[in-house]
Amino acid sequence: MEVSTFIYPYTAWTDSFIHTAFECAAATLSGAEAAYQSMKKQGKIDNTTKFIAFGGDGGTYDIGIQSLSGAMERGHDMVYVCYDNGAYMNTGIQRSSATPKFADTTTSPAGTKIPGKMQSRKDLTKIMVGHHLPYVAQTIGYMNFKDLYEKSEKAIYTEGPTFLNVLAPCPRGWGYPTDMLMQINKLAVDTCYWPLYEVIDGKYKINYKPAKKLPIEEFLRPQKRFKHMFKPGNEWMIEAFQKEVDARWQELLDLEEITNRAE
Amino acid sequence: MTNINANTPMEKMTPGGDIYQAGNAKEFKTGDWRSIKPIFLSEKCKQCGLCFPVCPDDAIPVNKDFKREDFNYDYCKGCGVCAKTCPFGAIEMKEEG
Amino acid sequence: MSIRERLSGNEAAATAMKQINPDVVAAFPITPSTEIPQYFSNFVANGTVDTEFVAVESEHSAMSACIGAEAAGARAMTATSANGLSLMWEMIYIASSLRLPIVLSLVNRAVSGPLNIHCDHSDAMGVRDAGWIMLFSENNQEAYDNTLMAHRIAEHENVRLPLMICQDGFITSHSIENIELVEDDKVKEFVGQYHPEHYLLNEKEPIAVGPLDVQSYLFEHKAQQAEAMKNAKEVILEVAKDFEKMTGRSYGFFEAYQLDDAEVAVVCMNSTAGTTKFVVDELRKQGIKAGLLKLRVFRPFPVEEIANALSHLKAIAIFDKADSLNAAGGALFEDVTSSLYVCNKQVPAVNYVYGIGGRDTKADDIKKVYEELFQIAKSGKIENPFRYFGLRKEAQE
Repeated sequence: MEVSTFIYPYTAWTDSFIHTAFECAAATLSGAEAAYQSMKKQGKIDNTTKFIAFGGDGGTYDIGIQSLSGAMERGHDMVYVCYDNGAYMNTGIQRSSATPKFADTTTSPAGTKIPGKMQSRKDLTKIMVGHHLPYVAQTIGYMNFKDLYEKSEKAIYTEGPTFLNVLAPCPRGWGYPTDMLMQINKLAVDTCYWPLYEVIDGKYKINYKPAKKLPIEEFLRPQKRFKHMFKPGNEWMIEAFQKEVDARWQELLDLEEITNRAE
Repeated sequence: MTNINANTPMEKMTPGGDIYQAGNAKEFKTGDWRSIKPIFLSEKCKQCGLCFPVCPDDAIPVNKDFKREDFNYDYCKGCGVCAKTCPFGAIEMKEEG
Repeated sequence: MSIRERLSGNEAAATAMKQINPDVVAAFPITPSTEIPQYFSNFVANGTVDTEFVAVESEHSAMSACIGAEAAGARAMTATSANGLSLMWEMIYIASSLRLPIVLSLVNRAVSGPLNIHCDHSDAMGVRDAGWIMLFSENNQEAYDNTLMAHRIAEHENVRLPLMICQDGFITSHSIENIELVEDDKVKEFVGQYHPEHYLLNEKEPIAVGPLDVQSYLFEHKAQQAEAMKNAKEVILEVAKDFEKMTGRSYGFFEAYQLDDAEVAVVCMNSTAGTTKFVVDELRKQGIKAGLLKLRVFRPFPVEEIANALSHLKAIAIFDKADSLNAAGGALFEDVTSSLYVCNKQVPAVNYVYGIGGRDTKADDIKKVYEELFQIAKSGKIENPFRYFGLRKEAQE
């Protein structure tokens, strides 16, 4: 993130900002938060400060998951925001554990023997739910951004460690025209590839259930990283992808029901 | 701060690369990266509020009455996301001259 | 009046930390430094200190959290050993490049592998070019004293560099010795409050720390660090002078033990100096002019001072408790010989790698080194400058 916002001698941040290394945003921020708690308790400072960490899917799902898990378990009063664009885009589109199955990336190329990434996408939001945090949510820039704004506010003003997972399309890495951002976002939600939901003190709430769930092809077709899936003979890939989306969506519906069941 | 440049001697540079002027990137105009330009057709605009949240560069100013104003071309990079989002055809993309 | 106590090296370090009362301590357990965060978390649990203790999930996170805390405007401390320091390595460089005066207690242990939990200096030597001030401690008293002096040096406006205090794992960390402690209020006054000029939590002046530093800037930022390291020399001596006023205990860049009139001498660091002093005393009783230079300040390296202190000798042996595996001698050997060379002093010098993985450092071995030094002094010839002691080898013809 500092690569695009903090190139010496310019910073885009109007609040205090620190970058140390790619994989330890959560640990670095936990130190700053501990400093805040300590100095406030001792009367060395009297302002109110909120702590927000940002990471990409590489720095969050993969190399930074230990640092994130540790900080969340320790209960620091902070929000961790993951911008998930589904690959290591900055270094040139290498696969991550957030990359969807079959996607063509530079380290999971769609070849003649292996048709793209052969593993399924890690479900980080649920891993964070497993930390029993007071607030975990999955969101996206949908329509007028209401969902994203509201969840950000809840995450920031909920005391304790909270987590936001934001799907962040990458035109270059996904292979769609830049100006199509909002259409891609909408398709991700309407196909239930990226459901909008939040988990408050363990209770699931799905924020949007499409009246007509669109077939996954609608989301896959505009993206070059899935182009090989539409070649004749590869219909099985789309079917498999749809099956996984359906299963995950059903699981989410079930979790909502189970966690909200009257005692 | 922004008087630091590629000719500044080491004694005049901030230690560790710290920056003490938050938000000074405003001084760094990125609008000239643009190859296509959005044109705001105010007569077609219904002030529905869908365009300004999608701008990655915060280049659509919103006034106190929550009404959008003309583009801030100092920062607009011409991505065209706003034009595709507008339901009323009030943003037109044009090649830069 | 000072307080007489009996403490292990780890207790001594933890006691100093308690008296310093830092805002944040972030640490992860690793033998043999584990006891430091253990003792310290007791102080936290019992309200003896105001510190926020962050029980991180790794050393990488320990150093990351210290960086976050220190940049936020707090005093942050940590402790580690061996692989713990290795895991911190990435953040060790970032801490110094961001000019954050974090203080770390390093209880020296062999870096894997194969796995070994005992003392050598391979951990410290792995970060010798990382931009940290490095103080070495012969015994528990010195580990304690160095810790009390640490913040005054590291936080000085002309320095602003992180600092590590090294002591030998188990040999001093787990040995109980007599120690003189300074009273709490005196420590508080000596160490003082930390008031950084710029910090993240200053709401009146939000700042940004840790930029992308492109080709036009990184060179200058690195040269600033190098300059700060040079400045540290003067500050280290100033602080030592104040410390002597308070305690009567005197510290410099190194201790010259029976060195002035010595004909041959050993250069070493940490607990080995204690054993060497015993040998020097024995030899002196026999009228043999043996000396010792015990280095305290390894970074910044006191080039001229060392060259001057050794220039009158007929032969010197430099002990490295870490093998650089470079076919060219250990780190301390390289630094000492290069100091002599650049100061235009010609003294025959040999390197001994010893004590690897906690191998006993015996007085007899050191005695033999002195004998070999006298042979060199006599013949003026060095057959092999890269030697070991304490290593088993097939007898050579």
